[in-house]
Amino acid sequence: MEKQYKTIGEEAWKNNTEKINAELFIFTYGSLVVQLVKDYEDYTAVNKQLDKMGYNIGVRLVDDMMARTSLERCSGFSATAEVIAKIGFKLFLNVVPTVTNWSADAKEFSLILDDNPLNDFCELPPKAVTDGLWYSNVLCGVIRGALEMMQMQTEVVYVRDVLRGDDVSEIRVKLVRMLDEEVPASDD
Amino acid sequence: MASQSHAQAQMHAHSLMKLDNKTSKRSTVLLEQNIARPRRDRVGLGAFAFLIAEIIRYSQNRVMGIQDLEAKLSEIGQRVGVRMFELSMWREKTVHRETRVLQTLVFINTVVWRALFDKQADSLERSTESDDEYMITDNEPAILKYISVPKEMTSFSPGAFISGIVEAIARCCQCPARVTSHVVPADGLPLRTVILLKFDKEVMDREKRLEASKH
Repeated sequence: MEKQYKTIGEEAWKNNTEKINAELFIFTYGSLVVQLVKDYEDYTAVNKQLDKMGYNIGVRLVDDMMARTSLERCSGFSATAEVIAKIGFKLFLNVVPTVTNWSADAKEFSLILDDNPLNDFCELPPKAVTDGLWYSNVLCGVIRGALEMMQMQTEVVYVRDVLRGDDVSEIRVKLVRMLDEEVPASDD
Repeated sequence: MASQSHAQAQMHAHSLMKLDNKTSKRSTVLLEQNIARPRRDRVGLGAFAFLIAEIIRYSQNRVMGIQDLEAKLSEIGQRVGVRMFELSMWREKTVHRETRVLQTLVFINTVVWRALFDKQADSLERSTESDDEYMITDNEPAILKYISVPKEMTSFSPGAFISGIVEAIARCCQCPARVTSHVVPADGLPLRTVILLKFDKEVMDREKRLEASKH
């Protein structure tokens, strides 16, 4: 099953994805974070805003992803994790994080990003590190938004980040509950 | 007074030097990277499209009016432009800093456009009405493809982001200009965007002087 996802992801990237210059994207994201820091002046608020923006992206992104790959409903949360890593990340960022650190009840896992394009030209000032900025927090929001569209309520947080001096970047995804026909409140 | 600020400056410098071990590790990693060629080539257009749509949405909530929105977008683009300029300069085979108006425009049209959008800009024209205005046209800016502008905002051009990039680069080339973007659809090209550069007076005066001194 895993191999299948990997192939789906790679083929969709090769054949079904319009691509643009990575550096333009990376600088644009950096410029956005700088804008948020200027507007909010408080790194916790910036984290929250990045997560919110990511959520808004995630709810629409998942449709785009489904349209470009012929995916069926995931058989379980572990399949969901593989799809996020091997197809979701691949299609949009052309990187594949590793899925590890499953909890005993199989409701939590970690995504280890060895290679995060958003970090490419970035160095955080010491104050941002001590005040707790998660630079790529938008990714957490994207995952949360996308999974909510797939009827899963989750908590997605950054736990480690190379920009803060850790060895790897790690995002923790926790399934809170499956949603039934509820319409999620729009995160505005 | 002077001794107080000197002491403050020293303290400030000292705190800057005391970089945490962890963060200085990141610095080392970052500074050792080779930027001579792009480390990674491509990301999906979708990623950028979603990002810029969200940027526009975020900015819309904080501004009043279209001019303001375009100014915000331009500001975001300018930070991108400054960095693209440095990278482009670094990667060119013959490093030659442009300071003349026409060479700067050609530089933007070819080198910068190619670095950002994998193609050259579609045309470069000088305005017939004023001699300090030039226009760069892009028939189909890929990054704006998925932005739809509502009818009540037809004068808004999302190309303001691109005009921010161009404005920053013009400034880096010592040819500061006011840069705006306009959507000028043509046959089959609904997204055709014209970037209008109006160079500052000092720039035009300097150009005249340099031209005159040649003869």
